[in-house]
Amino acid sequence: MTTPEVSRVAVTPAAAGLLRELYAAHGPLMFHQSGGCCDGSSPMCYVEGEFRTGASDVLLAALRVNGVPEPVTFWMSAAQFGRWRHTHLTVDVVPGRGGGFSLEAPEGVRFLIRSRLLTSEENAALNP
Amino acid sequence: MTRFAAPGEPGATMSYLPRYDHWIGGEWVPPARGRYFENPTPVTGQTFCEVARGTADDIEHALDAAHGAAPAWGRTSAAERAGVLNKIADRMQENLEALAVAETWENGKPVRETLAADIPLAIDHFRYFAGVIRAQEGSLAELDDDTVAYHFHEPLGVVGQIIPWNFPILMATWKLAPALAAGNAVVLKPAEQTPTSILYLMSLVGDLIPPGVVNVVNGFGVEAGKPLASSPRVAKVAFTGETTTGRLIMQYASENIKPVTLELGGKSPNIFFDDVSAARDDFYDKALEGFTMFALNQGEVCTCPSRAVIQQGHYRDFVADAVARTEKVTQGHPLDTGTMIGAQASNDQLEKILSYVDIGQAEGAKVLTGGHRADRGGELAGGYYVQPTIFEGNNSMRIFQEEIFGPVVSVTSFADFADAIKIANDTLYGLGAGVWTRDMNTAYRAGRAIQAGRVWTNSYHLYPAHAAFGGYKGSGIGRETHKMMLEHYQQTKNLLVSYSPKAMGFF
Repeated sequence: MTTPEVSRVAVTPAAAGLLRELYAAHGPLMFHQSGGCCDGSSPMCYVEGEFRTGASDVLLAALRVNGVPEPVTFWMSAAQFGRWRHTHLTVDVVPGRGGGFSLEAPEGVRFLIRSRLLTSEENAALNP
Repeated sequence: MTRFAAPGEPGATMSYLPRYDHWIGGEWVPPARGRYFENPTPVTGQTFCEVARGTADDIEHALDAAHGAAPAWGRTSAAERAGVLNKIADRMQENLEALAVAETWENGKPVRETLAADIPLAIDHFRYFAGVIRAQEGSLAELDDDTVAYHFHEPLGVVGQIIPWNFPILMATWKLAPALAAGNAVVLKPAEQTPTSILYLMSLVGDLIPPGVVNVVNGFGVEAGKPLASSPRVAKVAFTGETTTGRLIMQYASENIKPVTLELGGKSPNIFFDDVSAARDDFYDKALEGFTMFALNQGEVCTCPSRAVIQQGHYRDFVADAVARTEKVTQGHPLDTGTMIGAQASNDQLEKILSYVDIGQAEGAKVLTGGHRADRGGELAGGYYVQPTIFEGNNSMRIFQEEIFGPVVSVTSFADFADAIKIANDTLYGLGAGVWTRDMNTAYRAGRAIQAGRVWTNSYHLYPAHAAFGGYKGSGIGRETHKMMLEHYQQTKNLLVSYSPKAMGFF
């Protein structure tokens, strides 16, 4: 399988490195993008299946990360996706402290989303 | 202007210990695995103490203590429990400045807010629940001449509470006071960004509470919060935080068939009708302050008025005055009483705010003021400071739809009443809202039409006990800061009693 050329979500090298560490410690991983208060508007990283997704969620991407055999799924609630769908997301990591039950918090770092507008080509492919 | 000495400095009103253990069973207990994590102050970015890094073993230990204490505590009289809550309030009052400095140092918020709001509100909250538990009554219904239904309030037993970092002591109090008043024992996990001000509070009031009734375990969410939220040994979980963790906590609770209360944030509209500008008087001045409330607590408030919705007729002049008012906000050392805006609570929070400034500009929103990290220099150079920022754009932009949790407000205009309500309600959230008008009919109709749990009307950011606080839509479940919260911490016991000596006649 090849990674599709057009994707809604990308991962920085630093975030990919952290995902490799978390995979080694915990196994297959998933993200669910949070909204709202405090630690919200940030991606939460869990062991795959820890957070039960359902009909109210959208799978934005299955991220392929070198050194992580299973794709890392990236989910968001459908309602939130309705407000985000025109933007491209990049998962990054910064020094930080805490964040819900996200797996990376004890490492003293925090996943962070950086956003840009989809290009018109990306928009045509992803939001037909 | 007064500058309070930092904790531990000569002349300081309080000192933090170099290391904090868990508070379990009325004593300090080291973490089972012996690990600690560093706790930096956002004022300077420097570590000031280390804190126990709790795990499932520590949560179990705390649950043991809570289950040991809950039966006796639940049988105490309402008068006795009210007495304890009032004594906690008195002790906090005696130590108000120390608690305010402790909270400012750990969270980064200005001491003028902790002195005038956080700590006095927490004190009053304990007093309020001491009062309402004395006045709470069960009910009886006389079903017929021989049959009476009695309804008793009973405590749930042991409850779990997970506290956010934006108002550590006040948010802990919002949850502790009703739970204790109702006769429950508590295992409480503070946020890992602000783990110690609550422990400092326990060091002041711990002797007033029977051992095991309040237990505080620190640690990271995944290591300590999850074992608490997913434990079958808690009868209820109360959480303030964000949507994904809120859903996860509901999923855990569903496994154990336990109730939850959730407060999950918002994107609160602050609506200014044209008639606000009918005169340049005290009311106009108050409305401009109401606009500027987005900077209160560095914008780290679930009800931050982060969408200003301003009617077209006065839009231009009102926005110009609002920008001028915002530019007068004094940023500085949080322990200066003249400082109006302090430091964001953590580095990742700072980074997140700046990432939203980026996407706001990419979407075409215009920065009217601010828009950058603030370099305060000197000892504050390592702290997490952001300029109060005003964006102008439209409600479909992500900066209008997501909680940035920073001193950032997004401004847009509306044509008429219907347009205002449409914009106000075009959000996933419904926690707070503001309505500003000189017309009482407009105020009433707007307040009723907005889908939010609290609509401040010609006011904003007041948090008194005895006014219910909680969310519509994605903002959560339950109402805090009101006596109705007692019932979120109580079971209903119905005794259905027949006073007839006669058989019913079926068999």
